[in-house]
Amino acid sequence: MHTTEEVYDALQSVMDPEIPVLSVVDLGMITAVDINSDGILVKMIPTFAACPAVQYIQRNIQTALEEKFSVAITVIIDQETLWSTSRLAPGAKDKLEQFGIAAPQVVDGKAYNEILLQTPCPHCGSKNTYLRSPFGSTLCRAIHYCKDCSNVFEQFKPVE
Amino acid sequence: MLSQQAIISLLTKMGDDALIIGHRNSEWTGLGPIMEEDIAFSSMAQDKIGHAWALYRVMQEHLGGQDPDQFAFMRAEKEMRSCHFVELPIGEYDFSLMRHFLFDHAEAVRYESLENTAFEPLQPFAKKFKGEIKYHLLHADEWVLQLSRGSEESYARMQQALLHCMPLALGIFETSKAHEQTLIDEKIYPGEQALQARWLDRIYPVLSKAGLNLPGIESFTPVYGGREGYHTAYLQPLLDEMSSVFKLDPTATW
Repeated sequence: MHTTEEVYDALQSVMDPEIPVLSVVDLGMITAVDINSDGILVKMIPTFAACPAVQYIQRNIQTALEEKFSVAITVIIDQETLWSTSRLAPGAKDKLEQFGIAAPQVVDGKAYNEILLQTPCPHCGSKNTYLRSPFGSTLCRAIHYCKDCSNVFEQFKPVE
Repeated sequence: MLSQQAIISLLTKMGDDALIIGHRNSEWTGLGPIMEEDIAFSSMAQDKIGHAWALYRVMQEHLGGQDPDQFAFMRAEKEMRSCHFVELPIGEYDFSLMRHFLFDHAEAVRYESLENTAFEPLQPFAKKFKGEIKYHLLHADEWVLQLSRGSEESYARMQQALLHCMPLALGIFETSKAHEQTLIDEKIYPGEQALQARWLDRIYPVLSKAGLNLPGIESFTPVYGGREGYHTAYLQPLLDEMSSVFKLDPTATW
């Protein structure tokens, strides 16, 4: 019998197609791993309701686990749990910033436009930035501009 | 036991509004006045269509509804329950932006009211969509303010767009003759009148900050009909276009 830890370890190798430095575990997309005599059941959730990559990620999880374990693998979408920024794993923030994407800023579990005005620049660290558009190259990103280093940068937007 | 037909009528009009405005917003892809706006309207389009799909899915899983794709693309025009406001072509940017502002605030108050709906399967979606629509509102409010304070021409265009859009926007709140009272009595949602009042409370402060003049709403004649299946001449061509690929082979898997 495999352990839950082994499954989570294997899932660490399944990266998000739009943010390839974060795994599905880093993103908090995995809501449950259930191991029983029938095999392994993994429940997952998308970050945004209309995320176009959900089925792609679902397949990637399936394939990765099938390669690693010789039992039946089932990956389903969890209808009960909702994704929010607070689901990001502790190390996700650093990985995002090293990748050049600002991490979501959250105060008391909430995100307001005032916060979006002072998002730290992932290039120079300055907070002298402003939101250029709440929409970026993917549904989960916003575009900001840094007035100190004159770079446009993206942020993984906070979601309640 | 809640009245299934009443809930179906509510979810259908909400899903249809989101589906149609989503397809309209997507028409800005490649045409936006600046790159960020192109991306913004495209992203919002993607969100709306995702919301429509999720609502159709709830009906399929809990109310004996059809497959979401079939429901979205195979219904006749007469079966659609979208309001006229979302059906109109994108027009010029002032119209699309004002429609986005008025429509998204209406959606926001609607989903807030549904967070505690007696129809429990809808609760998590109401919460999820509200969080996403917050970014749509951030976008809408910002641009209404910027353009209203921009030049004389941009101010005049926003003011004209507001007056043009108001009767249509009031059409979002058309009540269902058959089901409205049931939905209120069973605490599914607070009803269109209550939502319209909350919506006005939300849009007034932004409009007044923008210096736009909104006459009393009794001076407008709301454009109704969509919820009963009477549509503008713009809907059928849009349905033809958006379902053309799907109809090549409705049983294909993607």
